[in-house]
Amino acid sequence: MLCALPLRVFVLAGLVAVSAACGGGTTTSAPPALVRLDGSSTVFPVSEAVAEEFQRANPNVRVTVGISGTGGGFQKFCRAETDISNASRPIRPVELEACAKAGVRFIELPIAYDGIVIVVNPKASWIDHLTVAELRALWAPEAQGRVTRWSQVRPGWPDREIRLFGAGVDSGTYDYFTEAIVGQSGASRGDFTSSEDDNVLVQGISSDELALGFLPFAYFEENRERLRAVPVDDGRADNGDGPVDATLETIRTGRYQPLSRPVFIYVAEASAARPEVEAFVDFYLTQGPALVSEVGEVPLGDEGYALVRSHFAARRLGTIFESGVSQVGITIEQLLTRERLQ
Amino acid sequence: MRARSLEPLVERGLLACAVLSVATTVGIIGVLAIESFEFFREVSPLAFLFGTEWTPLFANRRFGVLPLVVGTLLVSAIAMVVAIPMGLLSAIYLSEYAPDGVRRLVKPVLEVLAGVPTVVYGYFALMFVTPALQALLPGLAGFNALSPGIVMGIMILPLVSSLSEDAMRAVPRGLREGAYALGATRMQTALQIVVPAAFSGITAAFILAVSRAVGETMIVAIAAGQQPRLTANPFVPIETMTAYIVQVSLGDTPQGTLEYRTIFAVGLLLFLMTLALNLVSTWLRERFREEYA
Repeated sequence: MLCALPLRVFVLAGLVAVSAACGGGTTTSAPPALVRLDGSSTVFPVSEAVAEEFQRANPNVRVTVGISGTGGGFQKFCRAETDISNASRPIRPVELEACAKAGVRFIELPIAYDGIVIVVNPKASWIDHLTVAELRALWAPEAQGRVTRWSQVRPGWPDREIRLFGAGVDSGTYDYFTEAIVGQSGASRGDFTSSEDDNVLVQGISSDELALGFLPFAYFEENRERLRAVPVDDGRADNGDGPVDATLETIRTGRYQPLSRPVFIYVAEASAARPEVEAFVDFYLTQGPALVSEVGEVPLGDEGYALVRSHFAARRLGTIFESGVSQVGITIEQLLTRERLQ
Repeated sequence: MRARSLEPLVERGLLACAVLSVATTVGIIGVLAIESFEFFREVSPLAFLFGTEWTPLFANRRFGVLPLVVGTLLVSAIAMVVAIPMGLLSAIYLSEYAPDGVRRLVKPVLEVLAGVPTVVYGYFALMFVTPALQALLPGLAGFNALSPGIVMGIMILPLVSSLSEDAMRAVPRGLREGAYALGATRMQTALQIVVPAAFSGITAAFILAVSRAVGETMIVAIAAGQQPRLTANPFVPIETMTAYIVQVSLGDTPQGTLEYRTIFAVGLLLFLMTLALNLVSTWLRERFREEYA
C-alpha cells in the first residue's frame, strides 16, 4: 500500500512531463523512451534516487521503479517485463532457470552494501552486545514459545518479556537474516511482529523498551535518534575480536559480520542494447555512489565501482553465485576479482 | 402516457440494483467457500479451529486460528467495555433527560464519531492514545490490544447510543406516565421501566456493535501489531483476523498457494462470526417490535 505510491507518483509525473512536452509544439517527437525497474524494497531507495536524478538530466526518458520484492522482481525480469531488476540477494537457481528458459540473459552488477542492524529501544540499558550464538538461540524455529524473556537470552538480564520485531518473510532482509543467523534461509520462529513495512518496525521498537528487532541499515540511519544499534560479536577472530558496531565503516570493510551483504542490479542483455537503458546504467554506476550514502546504504569502494563499470562495459553475462545465496563475509572486491577468474 | 411507458423501465432498473447487491453477496460467499474448500483439503478443519499456533507464512507452518480469534475477541471486548456503559448512559440521557433542543444538537454530533475514517482512528490510537497510556502504564508495548480497543469503543459508541435511544423512545408514553403516577422518580422510571422495556432493542444494538468491532480492520491493522499470540493480556502486541488478512494481501505471497488461501479461510470464519451476530441482532429487534405493536 505504502510501497505502491512512489511508483504511481513516478509514472504520473512522467506522464505529465510527456504530455507537457507533446503540448509544447514539437509534433515530430518520438514516443518517450522507457526504462523499467522492479524488485527489492532494500534497493528501491537507491534506484529511485538515481532514477530521479537521471530523469532530471534526461527529460525525454521515463524511468519507473516498482517494489515487488527481490523474488517478485526476478519473476517479472525473467518474463522480460522489466529491463533492470533490483535484488538484495543473488539470483537463485530456480530464477536462473526461468530466465534461461525465456532466453533472458543478464549482467549482474553489485551496487552497494546493505547492513542489517540489530536494534533495541534506547531505554533498554542492559544490552551491551549480542553474540551470533545468542541471536541464533533467540531466533531459531525451536525458540518459538520457549525463549520469551530477556533473562533467557543471557543470565543476568531482566526477567521480563522480550518482544521481537523483524522484516516480513517476503523480504530479502528476512531471507538474509535467517541465513546469516539461523543458518538456513527462511527458517525462524514465527511468534514475532513481522512486517514488510520497515516503518511499522521502527514505530514498534521505538515505543517499547522490551523490544528487539532487525532492520535494514538505511532505516536505522533514518531513525537513529529513536533506536539503538546493538554491536554483534560473530565469535571469530579474523575480523577483529569482540562485538562490532554497525557503521558505514565496519560494513564497508567487511568487519560487521555476518550481517552485511552486497546488493545488486541485474540488467537484461537485450535491454542494455537500448541506448536509454545503457545511459541509465552508466549514470547509475557513476552518479550512484553519492546517492547510495545519501539514502543510508553503504557504497562500494572506488576500486569496486571501477570493476563494476568495466563489467558492464564488457557486458559480462551470468552470475557468480551458483548456489544463489550471498556468501557471508565476502567483500565486493574479492567477489569481483573472482568473477574475473571465471 | 409517457410516464406509464417509463414505469416498467424504472421497475426493471430498481430490480437490477437489488439483484446486483444480492449477486455481489452470493459472489463473495462463493469465492470464500471455494478458496476455503481448497484450503481445507490440505489442512484439517479441526487443526484450523482448535490449533493454538498460527505461523502459516513461516518455514514451520502451523494453521491454528485461535490466536487470531482470541486477538479479535480481546480487542472487541475492550471496545465493548468502553462503548456499552458510555453508549447506554448517553442513550438514557438523550431519551429521558435531555431537552429537545439539546437532543437535536447532541445526537448528530455523536453520530459524527461514526463518520470519522477508521484510518484516522488507527493513527489516533497509535500516535496519541498509546503514548498517553504508556505514561500511565510503563510496561505497555507500542503495539497492543488496549489502545485500539479503547479507540474502537469510541468509534462504535454512536452505534450503541443511537440504536439504544431509538429503542427507548419507542417505549410507549403510557408506561412512563404509569410510573410517574405511582410516584416513581425520573431515574427510577428510566432505569426500572424504560430500560427493561427496551431491553431487546438495546441488546440488539450491543450485538450489532460487537459485530462491527469484530470486523473492524484499519484501527487494529495500524495499532494492534502483527504478532498472532494466544493471550488475554491487553498490553502486548497481538494480531486480529482482519489485520492478518491485510498483512497477507499487502505482501508478496503468491496467489494460489496454501499460504494465500489462509486469508479466505480466515475471511470465511470472520464472515460466519459476524453473520451469526447480525442474525441474533435482527431476531432480537423483531421480537422487540412485536411487543408494542
